[in-house]
Amino acid sequence: MTSAALRSRAWKFLELVTTPLLPSDYLDLVSPLRAGADLRGRIEAVHRETDDAATIVIRPGKGWRGHVAGQYVRVGVDVDGVRLWRAYSVTSPTSRADGRITITVKAIPDGKVSNHLVRRAKPGTVIQLDQATGEFVLPETTPAKVLYLTAGSGITPVMGMLRDTKLADVVMVHSAPRKEDVIFRSDLHDLVADKALTLVELHTDTDGMLDVAGLEELVPDWAERETWACGPTGLLDAAEAHWAAHGIAGKLHTERFRPTVVVAGEGGEVTFGKTGKTVEADGATPLLNVGEEAGVLMPSGCRMGICFGCVTPLKSGAVRDLRTGEITEAEDGVLVQTCVSAAAGPCELER
Amino acid sequence: MTAIDPTAHLTDEQIEELGRELDAIRDEIIASRGEKDAAYIRKVISAQRKLELTSRGILLFSFFPPAWLIGTAGLSVAKIMDNMEIGHNILHGQWDWMRDPKIHSTTWEWDHVSPAEQWKHSHNELHHTYTNVIGKDNDLGYGIMRVDEDQKWHPMHLGQPVWNFINACFFEYGIAAYDLELGKNLHKRRRNNPEFRARAKAVGRKIRKQVLKDYVIHPLLSGPSFLTTLAATFTANLIRNLWSHSVIMCGHFPEGVQVFERRSIKGETRGQWYLRQMMGSANISGSKAMHFMTGNLSHQIEHHLFPDLPSNRYAEVAVKVKALFEKYELEYVTGPLPKQVFSAWRKVFRLSLPNRKPKVKAPSRDKELVAA
Repeated sequence: MTSAALRSRAWKFLELVTTPLLPSDYLDLVSPLRAGADLRGRIEAVHRETDDAATIVIRPGKGWRGHVAGQYVRVGVDVDGVRLWRAYSVTSPTSRADGRITITVKAIPDGKVSNHLVRRAKPGTVIQLDQATGEFVLPETTPAKVLYLTAGSGITPVMGMLRDTKLADVVMVHSAPRKEDVIFRSDLHDLVADKALTLVELHTDTDGMLDVAGLEELVPDWAERETWACGPTGLLDAAEAHWAAHGIAGKLHTERFRPTVVVAGEGGEVTFGKTGKTVEADGATPLLNVGEEAGVLMPSGCRMGICFGCVTPLKSGAVRDLRTGEITEAEDGVLVQTCVSAAAGPCELER
Repeated sequence: MTAIDPTAHLTDEQIEELGRELDAIRDEIIASRGEKDAAYIRKVISAQRKLELTSRGILLFSFFPPAWLIGTAGLSVAKIMDNMEIGHNILHGQWDWMRDPKIHSTTWEWDHVSPAEQWKHSHNELHHTYTNVIGKDNDLGYGIMRVDEDQKWHPMHLGQPVWNFINACFFEYGIAAYDLELGKNLHKRRRNNPEFRARAKAVGRKIRKQVLKDYVIHPLLSGPSFLTTLAATFTANLIRNLWSHSVIMCGHFPEGVQVFERRSIKGETRGQWYLRQMMGSANISGSKAMHFMTGNLSHQIEHHLFPDLPSNRYAEVAVKVKALFEKYELEYVTGPLPKQVFSAWRKVFRLSLPNRKPKVKAPSRDKELVAA
């Protein structure tokens, strides 16, 4: 018998010993980062970058497969006891010797996870991780001339790239409200001192917003450069329009780091993903009834919000709790009680 | 049902006002749920796992009497924690708000022969929705006993003290049979229903796994202590069964708890539903340890009002709920465990015989409670 087969047999036997739990339920108590466990990470340090940004040093579990500079990682953090998932760019180089990774987070107003990570995260805390992913990366053959166009926390994936890959000719145009708001400012100036980077630093509070159409004044050869842009929607929309107008849309790579904002309204179009049915629902009818009327096989129970027999994954959009008026937005792992929830704008249920 | 309706003095408006006040208590707890509560359940789960592992480790040497005693005691407590404070409450969805897939009503499985999925249906949907409604809530005597004067007497009930004792000893099997609705489904016509057969198979699989673990694998691992470990796991299961049966009997069977007629819940409002839960449940008084070991089902009244609030918050809810009982002049049925167990058992004995005198026709509840 091969050793793999032997191990799988031993594991099967262990499952008989621990049923109804799994052996991993016990192993997780002592070794949450071991090989074979769900991917997690432990926060080892939190370094303040600016007033509202911090870099989190994470020791990933054994199952971490590494990342490519520019990629992001989804992290699951318990905020006030509730697990919330968000995506953040990896800001550490792939070559980091101790195997740790860092993400750099800017606290956004009312941002539950970002404020928690920047202001309250403590070393020692175990968080959930996903493997790194994302297409916002340098190609295998590095381009001769590169432009990084960033604003605010849009600098984070680019910092990951700057730290990882030395390029012969790289210009960065970065905007932030004030000098003290520039994340990684001293790292950037170190790179400038080493002649590894040409930096155009704009402080929008005093200099005004960057006019993308006037980019030529700042970077005369911008059109020759392979460009990576990351920042607020306004900047990216303007950049895409500008590059397209010059017929070089292929040279621009963008990363939108803010998800589309859910507009919670009264009622909306309800999609049942698995059955492919779509119906219009008002803001007062429980989604359970909506589904049943549309002929979707909905699990149900007490129909009054106590038994949780009807919980269904909410894949997108928002629903309103008919008892409390509370809005729940779709996120990974969010289940809603369809018997007491109504559509608050368009939404999709996994049924 | 007692001859006098103990809620007769309440007007429809008062009942709805009571409902609003209870909703406010619920909202307050939900708004304040957070990190501390999450830490609580994780701590309990971790403690239970460590206790179970340690106890089973000690039982590997159960040949030595002190090891047997300590191991059996530890395993009994671990099994009680698994079923009561952890399993029952997670399966109620009390911790779903944490969005942790490992501690969620849809993924949890417990140390019990009834699969979580089936138990959730019969317990959360049927029992909690139709609490104490004769003919709808099978928890009222589990279909083998008569626990209220209004339930029809049958000669079978003569043996009910014996049935109840056997049920107490093998309670988890009783629950599994009950979740399968065996009494109803063993009829010739229903026996071959594919849905029932699938559920029966699932129970069979669960029983096989549980039995294999407790009565084969762990004793085998104990080597020379095979027989003593077998006796230890049997004892731990027996203790867990007797304990949970006692706690659960205290929830709805003691004297003073009301039952309801089927037609009385037609068109029931939120306020009336709350009132039925208040009158249909009984608490157990005692220390923090007592509340913990009952899985906070000692706060049965609060649990029935708010089945999905985290169990660690029932104690503070109880203070407010009790004040409402006083305000609306309702009887809050509670007492220490021995007293409540005795009260429930006395009822089981008393009602094994037919009603002594012809029952005075009680004013039917629906007249008082339901706006016609």
